Amino acid sequence: MSRRSALLHLALAAAGIAAPFVFPAHTVQFAVFWVFVLFALTWDIMGGHMGYNSLGNILFFGLGMYICALVQIGLVYDIAEYTAANGAVHIDFTDAQYFHGLALGVAAAALGPVLVAAALSWIVFGLRGPYFAIGTLGVAIAAAELTNAWDYVGGGQGIAMPVFPGGPGMRERFFYAACMAAAVACYLFLRWLYGTRFRLAINAIRDDEDKAEALGLHTGRYKMVAWSISAFFLGIAGALFGNMTGFIEPLETAYPTLTFGIFMVAMTLLGGKGMLWGPVVGAAVFYTLRELTWTYLLGWQYIALGVLIIVNVVYFQQGILGWLRARRPQWFA
Amino acid sequence: MTPALIEVRNVRKAFGGVVANRDVSLDVERGRITGLIGPNGSGKTTLFSSIVGQHPIDSGSIRFEGREISRLDVQRIARLGLLRTFQQTRIFSKMDCVQNLLVSLPHRETAWSHMFRRYPPEVIEKAERLLEFVGLYAKRRLVAGSLSFGQQKLLEFAMALMNEPKVLLLDEPTAGINPTLVNALIERLKRSNREFGITLFVIEHNMRVIMNLASRIYCMSRGELLASGSPAEIRDDRRVIDAYLGAQ
Repeated sequence: MSRRSALLHLALAAAGIAAPFVFPAHTVQFAVFWVFVLFALTWDIMGGHMGYNSLGNILFFGLGMYICALVQIGLVYDIAEYTAANGAVHIDFTDAQYFHGLALGVAAAALGPVLVAAALSWIVFGLRGPYFAIGTLGVAIAAAELTNAWDYVGGGQGIAMPVFPGGPGMRERFFYAACMAAAVACYLFLRWLYGTRFRLAINAIRDDEDKAEALGLHTGRYKMVAWSISAFFLGIAGALFGNMTGFIEPLETAYPTLTFGIFMVAMTLLGGKGMLWGPVVGAAVFYTLRELTWTYLLGWQYIALGVLIIVNVVYFQQGILGWLRARRPQWFA
Repeated sequence: MTPALIEVRNVRKAFGGVVANRDVSLDVERGRITGLIGPNGSGKTTLFSSIVGQHPIDSGSIRFEGREISRLDVQRIARLGLLRTFQQTRIFSKMDCVQNLLVSLPHRETAWSHMFRRYPPEVIEKAERLLEFVGLYAKRRLVAGSLSFGQQKLLEFAMALMNEPKVLLLDEPTAGINPTLVNALIERLKRSNREFGITLFVIEHNMRVIMNLASRIYCMSRGELLASGSPAEIRDDRRVIDAYLGAQ
């Protein structure tokens, strides 16, 4: 790592740590920013580097959210009783119970989606191009509807999450730190991963999968691992987001295919796909624009985002960093 | 007598009502250069695709080093050391030349951890040496999609060598290459056979090239094997001349 690059990383990390202290009222929104970074980074593994455009990655976010909630509650209460009581018993978690539950829940929320991704990969990776996109979207929608109809996990009523013990402002700061840590860990992991054979292999699948097969590449294996990595970090993101929100339900919070599910794609395309920093820059710009439109264009915010996506896809396919790379290749050497 | 490296026996392959290969039997001898000629549509590429497992054959048998491979899939056959290049050149167009070669390393290791290794310096050196071998060293950091068609063919050939196959099936290696480059390519094909010990099985329309290259030539016509023999025998075979010129 060059000196300049190290300094840039340090400056960004310092800004990330300082943000909730400088603007304490916005801590939750800042935490959402890190979740957006996770969305874009994980989507880019397949969408950018492997040429497989999944519209269903939100599945793992929702799965992680629900798995974490069920572990947290199930360790202390009978889940059916808890969900039937509509959260009326949630005040009884002790500090130790809460943090043990959360730690175990996040671990399960990371591993559960990996297993689901590995199992589903035998089915969905038989599809290519637009069929893969629609197939994965179908899986995510089905998961949302199944959860919605499943009373044991609260159905459409949702679940009131255990309440964070600790004083005012502590909950926000705790989850901000956790979201930032997860996003940074994901970034560092991908930074390492893209330095290995894995990156060239998934790039080869993107450029010509038949040729990759003809060379003997274990394409199925690479695709499965790529999706499982996305699932791992998205599961953690879902677990943290659910706890931060305090109340989860299937359609709007856990499996929002039309908002977060599309944002993932939009952010990556905006920043520049297939580049480590592209999704991060995309997340930052998209997040800022989203906050601005929600504040100043309320009622028109989705139209503004739609226009942004159309302009991006039609006139600016290379994304911000792709455009910059064409202009200033020496910065990317 | 040792068995041939590839033994094709009575292979039949039809696409709907069109029989592309009918009762085809041939041998590719280890260490040699074998040629396959025939008019357009005579079933040469179909036979290649059958051998490398691109599609299942209807009947017959294909053996590689004595092992039946007609039921294996493409990736597994490639890992055995049986590789093909494509008539329509196929390279990884958004990756640079060195990356194209690196990803073409043999994929015979079965350990999953292998996916996450880095490329050791000697592998990168090898990639650069092979690019030098095909005359693309100066372009090694260019994106493969920006190369000319002829250069892409050379790159695909280098990728095949990187894969360290035992036998390489080349589908019209000189098609679309300018005449001055053709001689250089023939020289490299011969060297890869002589120096790296790679058995070659070559489809070629350019008679001058194949007569110069192969020690044994098979000729196909309308899905069937028409004749086989040394270049001299094939050149003088009346049936071969008729097949090409359409005489009866």
